[in-house]
Amino acid sequence: MNENAKTARWLEYRRSEWERATQRLDSIEHGKRPPPRLVLEAVRAYPEIAKDLAIARRSAPRGPVTRHLEQLYLRMHRLIFKPPAHLLGDLRRLFVRDAANVARTLASNIAWIVCLFFACAAAGAWLVTTYPELIALFASEEMIDRVSRGELWTDGLLNVFPSSLLATQIFTNNIMVCLGALCVGALYGLGTLYIIGMNGLMLGALFAFTSAHGLGGRLFEFVVAHGFVELSVIFVSGAAGVALGEALARPGHLTRGAAFHAATTRAAKLMVVLIVFLIGAGLIEGYVSPNPNFGLPARLTIGLAYFGLFVAVLGGFFEKFGDR
Amino acid sequence: MDTVLKISSVTGVDLELRIAGPGGRSYAFIIDWHIRVLAALAYFVAATLVYTGGFGAAPPPGRTGYSLLVVLPALAIYLLYHPVLEVLMQGRTPGKRIAGVRLVKRDGGIPGIGALLIRNAFRLIDCLPTAYVVGLIATLVTREAVRIGDIAAGTVLVYDEAKDTGGLDAVSPRAVERLGLSRAEIVRDLLDRWDELAPPTRVKLARQLLAKLGNGATATSDARLRADLQALLG
Repeated sequence: MNENAKTARWLEYRRSEWERATQRLDSIEHGKRPPPRLVLEAVRAYPEIAKDLAIARRSAPRGPVTRHLEQLYLRMHRLIFKPPAHLLGDLRRLFVRDAANVARTLASNIAWIVCLFFACAAAGAWLVTTYPELIALFASEEMIDRVSRGELWTDGLLNVFPSSLLATQIFTNNIMVCLGALCVGALYGLGTLYIIGMNGLMLGALFAFTSAHGLGGRLFEFVVAHGFVELSVIFVSGAAGVALGEALARPGHLTRGAAFHAATTRAAKLMVVLIVFLIGAGLIEGYVSPNPNFGLPARLTIGLAYFGLFVAVLGGFFEKFGDR
Repeated sequence: MDTVLKISSVTGVDLELRIAGPGGRSYAFIIDWHIRVLAALAYFVAATLVYTGGFGAAPPPGRTGYSLLVVLPALAIYLLYHPVLEVLMQGRTPGKRIAGVRLVKRDGGIPGIGALLIRNAFRLIDCLPTAYVVGLIATLVTREAVRIGDIAAGTVLVYDEAKDTGGLDAVSPRAVERLGLSRAEIVRDLLDRWDELAPPTRVKLARQLLAKLGNGATATSDARLRADLQALLG
C-alpha cells in the first residue's frame, strides 16, 4: 500500500472518532455536571488525538485537517488541564487560611508601612501646628470654614446623603484607594509609598487642625467606629503594593515578569479579603459614624470588635477550624 | 517580539497560538470602548427620561434617587464592562470576538475569575497618564505584546482560531488516495476560493496545479478548469 492510500485509510478510519470527540467536548463544556464516563473517554482520547495531529502535521502541515485537529486538541488540552473550581470552598479557604498566610509573609512590610504612615501623620500634624495656613494644602475651603465656625464637615452628613448612598460612595472610594495603593506598587513600590505617605500626612494635618479648634475629640469620635479597620486595610494593601515593587526590583531566581505575576497572585488573594472588610467599614461609616444616636462607647465597641475580627482573620485565628 | 505562544503538552505534541500585537489589541479595545460608552449613555438617557418624566420636565427634588438609579448604574456599565464580560465570556468581550482575539493563560488555558479581575484592576496603571499610554508602550516593548495587567495576571491575548475550518469535510479519502492529503487540500482550497479570485488568476493557478498533478491542463475555459479540479476530488 502506498503512502497516499495509507493516509486515505487513516483519514477514513479516524474521522468518525474526531467527530465523536467534538460531540463529547460539546456535551462536557455545555453540560453542568457531565457524566464521569464522558470525561474519562475525553481523557483517553487525548493522546490519540495528539498522535493524529502529529500525522496530519507531517502530511499537510498547514491544511484544514491539521487546523481542525489543532483546535480539537487545544479544546481537549484546556478541558483536561483546567484547574478544579470550587468557588465556595476556595472562598472559605481564602478567609480561613490563605489570606493569613499571605499576611504573614508581608509582616515586615506592614510594619514598615505603619511606621511610614505614622511618621507622615506626625509630620502633617507638625506642619499644620507650626504653619496653620498650610491646612489649605490638605482641606477644602468649605471644610476649613466649617471647622473655623466650630463644626465638623461630617456634621449633619445624613441630612445631605442617606446612609445607603453614603456607604456606597465611601466603600467604592476606599476600594479604589486600596486597589490604587496595590497597583502603583508596579512602579517599583514607589507609587505605594507615595500614596501611604500622602494619606498619613493628610490625616495628621486634619487631626492637628481640628484639635486646634477644639474638635479633635469629635473627629476621633466620628472615625473610631470604622477607622481602625479602614486604616489597617490601607496599611495591608500598601504592604502588598510594596511587595509587588520588591518582586520587580529583586525577582530572585525567577524572571521579573514571573516574580511580578507570583507577587500579584498572592496579593490578589489578600485583596479579596480586604475588599470585604472595606465594604463592612463603608457600611459602618455610612450608618454608624454620622449617626448622633451612637455614643462614644457604642462606637468604640463596634470599632474594636470589627478590628478584632480583622486581626483574627489576617492573624490566622480561624485556621484551626479550616480543615474540618 | 514573539509572534506565537508555545504550549507544551504531556504528549510531546505542542501547540502554537498566534499572539495578538498592539494592532489587534487596539482594534478590540476600540470596539469595546464604543460599545460600553453607547450602552452607558443609552442607559443614562433612558433612565433620566423615566426618572424626570420626559424631556423638559422639572426633575423631582433631591438627588439621592437620581444618583442611585441613574448615575451609579450608568457608571457601573462603563466601569464594569470589561471585568464582568471577560469573566462571563471566558476571556472574551464583544470587541475581542469581533476582532478575533481572546485571552488565554500562558499554558493556553482559559483564565479564571481571579486572573481576569487582576488584569482589570491593573487598568489603573495601564491607562496612565491618559488614553492607555502605559499599556500601549508595554505592548510594544514586551516579548509577548502584553500590558502590565496581563503580566500581573499571567494572561496573553491571542488570535482565536476556533472557528470551524471545515477540515473534516474538506477532502474525501478517495481524493487523498489519488493525490495525497497535502495536494488534495490545495485543490480544495483553490476551489473554495474560486469565486473570490480574479478570473485570470484562478485560471493561471488551476492550470499550474493541474500540470503539477500530471493532468496536463489543456482546457482554457474557466468553467472547464473548475470541473477538472472538482473531478480530481472525486
